[in-house]
Amino acid sequence: MAPLIVCEDLWKIYRIGDVEVQALRGINLTIERGEFVAVMGTSGSGKSTLMNLLGCLDQPTRGRYELDGLNVATAKPDLLAELRNRQIGFVFQSFNLIPRTSALENAQLPLFYRGLSIKEQRAQAAAALRRVGLAGREQHYPTQLSGGQQQRVAIARALVGAPSILFADEPTGNLDTSSSREIMSILEQLNREDGITIILVTHESDIAAYASRELVMKDGQIVQDVRRAPHLTVV
Amino acid sequence: MPAFILLTVMTALRILSRNRLRAGLTMLGIVIGVGAVIAMVSIGQGARASVQAQVASMGTNVIIIMPGSTTVSGVRGGQGGAVTLTVGDAAELKKRSPLLSDTGWAKRDVMQIVNGNRNWNGPVNGISPSYLTIRDWSFTSGGPFTHTDLERAARVALIGQTTLENLFDPGEEAIGATIRIKNVPFQVVGVLAPKGQSAQGSDQDDVIFIPFTTAERKVFGSQFLGSVGALFASTEQSADLPEAVDQIREVLRARHRLQGEQADDFTIRTQVDIGKVQESTSQTLTVMLFAIASVSLLVGGIGIMNILLVSVMERTREIGVRMAVGAKRLHILMQFLIEAVTLSLFGGLIGVVVGIVGARLTTVIAGWPTIISFDAIITAFVFSLAVGLFFGLYPANKAARLNPIEALRYE
Ligand SMILES: Nc1ncnc2c1ncn2[C@@H]1O[C@H](COP(=O)(O)OP(=O)(O)OP(=O)(O)O)[C@@H](O)[C@H]1O
Ligand SMILES: [Mg+2]
Repeated sequence: MAPLIVCEDLWKIYRIGDVEVQALRGINLTIERGEFVAVMGTSGSGKSTLMNLLGCLDQPTRGRYELDGLNVATAKPDLLAELRNRQIGFVFQSFNLIPRTSALENAQLPLFYRGLSIKEQRAQAAAALRRVGLAGREQHYPTQLSGGQQQRVAIARALVGAPSILFADEPTGNLDTSSSREIMSILEQLNREDGITIILVTHESDIAAYASRELVMKDGQIVQDVRRAPHLTVV
Repeated sequence: MPAFILLTVMTALRILSRNRLRAGLTMLGIVIGVGAVIAMVSIGQGARASVQAQVASMGTNVIIIMPGSTTVSGVRGGQGGAVTLTVGDAAELKKRSPLLSDTGWAKRDVMQIVNGNRNWNGPVNGISPSYLTIRDWSFTSGGPFTHTDLERAARVALIGQTTLENLFDPGEEAIGATIRIKNVPFQVVGVLAPKGQSAQGSDQDDVIFIPFTTAERKVFGSQFLGSVGALFASTEQSADLPEAVDQIREVLRARHRLQGEQADDFTIRTQVDIGKVQESTSQTLTVMLFAIASVSLLVGGIGIMNILLVSVMERTREIGVRMAVGAKRLHILMQFLIEAVTLSLFGGLIGVVVGIVGARLTTVIAGWPTIISFDAIITAFVFSLAVGLFFGLYPANKAARLNPIEALRYE
């Protein structure tokens, strides 16, 4: 089977007035199904930019990007939306739950856009919440949940549609150590048990240690790419 | 898709109920606009129906010929003054104009009428018996007088409901009673059924009919015997009216020896003409309400657009999240359109209630007849739907075109 992600000479250039910012400068990257990849690097090195491209939220200035054998670099917005809905889950640093909307409804969101029946949406979202240890919290609003719980709702939302990849951009950036550990063990479980490919950006090496592969970025390029023994040794 | 729409409507309702005051103020324009539409149609239809009823109360296919010419501005000159129409004209029309099923004549004057110690000033009409049939008068008791009464100049009278109420006690028998008109005793032989207001707004039941001959010889003291206040005619078919009018004009011009350029010395009006004049006055009001309705709907629409633009801005991140989990542009567009339409339909619903109450109040306070029609309510809803869609489109499109990353980063 073809690799899940194949990038060749991927560039992202932002232009603000006369100033040109080369956020990504010729990325070559292949990621196989089931990998757990940590992306590290200094601030401004292009980690989020890369995540957005790989996550089909944005498109490269030039270069080739194939997701599951499909050329995404030049795809139309509706196809990108379809891919995000079916193949991709996002977890953000700032949780990004919809305010004043229950945990259940937040977790339902991807299924809502899939056009499932309301009953099915609810059943699957409830199962996803159970999966992240939030059974009984379905009707809670984001403001009634702790940061760690909010991030777990976000993970439930990301996994509810059974995606093949989960992108997490500094998912523990706003959390304390124990919440971070909970979140990471959930992600680790999803990778191990469900075979979901996980790509995670972090600044902390003990978070990166959960991954089986570590990319280091600098000035829009991947400067280091190491595969290593699973995290188990670290915990 | 049904689940999508249902959930989106529920979300829209929740968001609106969260900002009740804001939503209420936004809807105000729609409420007033739709209210005005309902009131407009109700008053318009009520006015039209009552005009139709009034015009119908004149009789069926009636033609009225009045003395005096019509000036360019439509005002009749020398009413009553000119002695241009006579009983002879009526006889001639009957003979020479085959389209006319009947002709009659009348002359009126306001007189004092006395019954015992009660007296009343009201219009007394000297008429031909045919006048009653042309104008469709019927009786609650007694009956019309006859040709014999006309020939003999009998002192008999028919009285209208208003006259009855003013001359007789309730329950007092009018038929057979003797009343005095300008001190001449008359016997009441008929009480007329009520007709209500005329198309010109006067009380048609404030009336006394006596034979024309009796009137001119014994009551009015006319200088020219046979001169009438107006001639009346009718046709079998309303389609015959225009041709009948032409025939009448021809006959009368010949009889009055009017040549080529000379203007008519009489004016012909048909029932249809009179209805048109009345309808045009009720249209003025309708136009005014239409103006209010359009301005309010416009203001309401702009209000909706404004509130939606604010909402799109406030919820930029939410839009970004929705896009990130797979919302297509159409989904986002629909979400905001549904919100706009929910707002405008809600406003429309309240507007319908306001309009119905307004129309009822118009009837109660101003006495104008109103008819609340199903059509008007449907129209109002269609209007509010259209306003919601039209003014929601710009903000919804703006939301749908957001870039997902920029939306997610929005502070
Ligand atoms: N929308 C944009 N317009 C212009 N420049 C941008 C934009 N987004 C990112 N950049 C630039 O691209 C470069 C890479 O940014 P990116 O957000 O990918 O960095 P990062 O590695 O995620 O940093 P951090 O660790 O702080 O999150 C930076 O120099 C940034 O200023
Ligand atoms: Mg970043």
